[in-house]
Amino acid sequence: MNIFVCVKQVPDTETKIIPTADGSFIETNSIKWIMNPYDEYAVEQALLVQAANAGSTVTVVRVGSSKDTEALRTAMAMGADDAFLVEAPDNLDSYMIAKALKGAIEKSGKTPDLLLTGKQAIDDDCLQVPQILATMLNVPSVSVVVGYEGSATDITVKREVEGGAIEIYGVKLPAMIACNKGINTPRYASLPGIMKAKKKPLTTLSLADVGVTDADQRVKYSGFSLPPEKPAGKKFDATDAAKQAAVVKEVVGLLRTEAKVL
Amino acid sequence: MAKILVFTELHGSHVKGVTLEILGKLAGHTVDVAAIGTIPSEAIADLAKFGAANVHSLKGANLDKYSPEGYANALKGFISAGAYDYVFAGATSVGKDLLPRVATMFDAGMASEVTNFVMEGDKFAGTRPLFAGKCFAKVELTGPKPHFVTVRPNALGINANPTSGAASAKEDAVDAGAIRAMIKDIVKGASEKLDLTEANIIISGGRAMKDPANFKILDEMAEVIGATVGASRAAVDSGFAPHAMQVGQTGKTVAPSLYIACGISGAIQHLAGMRTSKVIVAINTDPDAPIFTKADYGIVGDLFTIVPIMTQEFKALLGK
Ligand SMILES: Cc1cc2nc3c(=O)[nH]c(=O)nc-3n(C[C@H](O)[C@H](O)[C@H](O)COP(=O)(O)OP(=O)(O)OC[C@H]3O[C@@H](n4cnc5c(N)ncnc54)[C@H](O)[C@@H]3O)c2cc1C
Ligand SMILES: Nc1ncnc2c1ncn2[C@@H]1O[C@H](COP(=O)(O)O)[C@@H](O)[C@H]1O
Repeated sequence: MNIFVCVKQVPDTETKIIPTADGSFIETNSIKWIMNPYDEYAVEQALLVQAANAGSTVTVVRVGSSKDTEALRTAMAMGADDAFLVEAPDNLDSYMIAKALKGAIEKSGKTPDLLLTGKQAIDDDCLQVPQILATMLNVPSVSVVVGYEGSATDITVKREVEGGAIEIYGVKLPAMIACNKGINTPRYASLPGIMKAKKKPLTTLSLADVGVTDADQRVKYSGFSLPPEKPAGKKFDATDAAKQAAVVKEVVGLLRTEAKVL
Repeated sequence: MAKILVFTELHGSHVKGVTLEILGKLAGHTVDVAAIGTIPSEAIADLAKFGAANVHSLKGANLDKYSPEGYANALKGFISAGAYDYVFAGATSVGKDLLPRVATMFDAGMASEVTNFVMEGDKFAGTRPLFAGKCFAKVELTGPKPHFVTVRPNALGINANPTSGAASAKEDAVDAGAIRAMIKDIVKGASEKLDLTEANIIISGGRAMKDPANFKILDEMAEVIGATVGASRAAVDSGFAPHAMQVGQTGKTVAPSLYIACGISGAIQHLAGMRTSKVIVAINTDPDAPIFTKADYGIVGDLFTIVPIMTQEFKALLGK
């Protein structure tokens, strides 16, 4: 099987986000980059499917800046065979990203049997790329997937919806599956894995190579700003058992009279 | 005037609350509403109150259950026929999954999960959180129409003085086309309560809950005030609660009116998921816990004694 995994590189979740002075994006210079956490599940799922289907290959594809290649190196250290990077600014919209991913997949010369992504990129939180790419490639897709089983031609996946309910889908491959936590437990990259990854092929393409131009822009962002700081709240000490009842009574009262939420 | 459609899901005999929030925000525009299936009369009455012009029940074979392709094909056909300029939907499980697909069928763009928006004449301008709410940006759409938007539930709020509309009920035949990913079965969730992302009040427990069984004190409080129970990642990873209950950067992003954090330290990844809550209450034994910097009301104390007292106080206040 030809298995493709789309991985995004995003700021570490600890990162303090600072908008640029002109508000056009965020300061990216001092950011520590990581693989999008949900994409670890996608890489792991690809490796599990590869192990179950002899002769399969796992190719990782990413669209983004080439300043750091942490995400692709991690994916190959975990076990992916090769990688494609489409060099682009880190703030492309979902449509452009999906079109670039499609272009890179076509450049690989392989026809995908299975495409895997994370359910959501934790930088722009769009939840769009898998659905757009699947529509562009004309393959079925299921998002927010927490369970996967099946053969090289037919799979059964579990999609999580509101209230923790699960929809169970039967899907014919080729298909696109967007992975959520719960689908598997991602492996750690081993030291030999990290060494081997350095010798695995990483092909770099430009947006022009994959046919993406400014005319493909669909979403325009501006005015990046920090959320307004909340004024300091009220703090009550209820460590003393004698005061507890009075403190709780006061807070509950304030929720009605001051905060007006009850 | 821009031709606007709001796509809605049906929830029993009503539409989802977020649909009415969107309609209220679009007061002054001519807005149609469409749903797959038969829109019940109660829902039509609600939609009339909030200004819907035409209310379309979309009917066709193989649309009794959600399927990404079937719904997308059906909606694509209906939108083309109606020549809509904008299509809005709630950022629900279906809305988030479906709209990017339909947008792509038109080669068009979509703004995900906006928390506010205005129509400047015929032009949409929205606001949305990025980097898990660590910053906000203005979002606009360009390129071919129609333009697509999903709106985060609870963010706009309900318009207290809506303009009413005719809500003329229409029935339209739609075609689900070929479906290659089909639901075989649905397993109900543990909770029949409102989902975290739609809940108006949330009570979350952290690592300090110590044991899954202890969540029952949160459930009891939730019962009294009509809340949904959530959890921190530490609580989920410790096996106290399922991942569906996790709030935070790698869990659900929530924006309730009231968020009560019990034994949660307030790590940046947790705050990312709940910082836009209108009012935050924190209960924590550590007076220096970071959650207190974000809390409107902080109680320094042991959750195992405070929570039951609070439940009694809520009962008294609400006359239960
Ligand atoms: C990539 C990544 C993604 C993450 N995503 C998320 C996410 O989505 N959501 C999330 O929540 N976290 C997330 N985290 C984890 C996050 O960093 C914290 O580890 C986690 O939020 C801590 O959970 P906690 O507050 O329950 O536990 P702790 O930090 O251990 O805090 C427990 C708190 O309980 C208090 N306490 C103890 N006993 C009592 C008592 N009897 N009564 C009252 N208070 C008591 C303590 O003082 C302490 O403040 C993520 C981390 C990473 C690296
Ligand atoms: N720039 C990108 N490069 C590679 N994969 C991406 C990129 N952006 C998004 N994806 C994939 O699409 C998933 C969902 O992203 P999003 O739609 O942006 O929330 C991510 O988890 C990735 O697997």
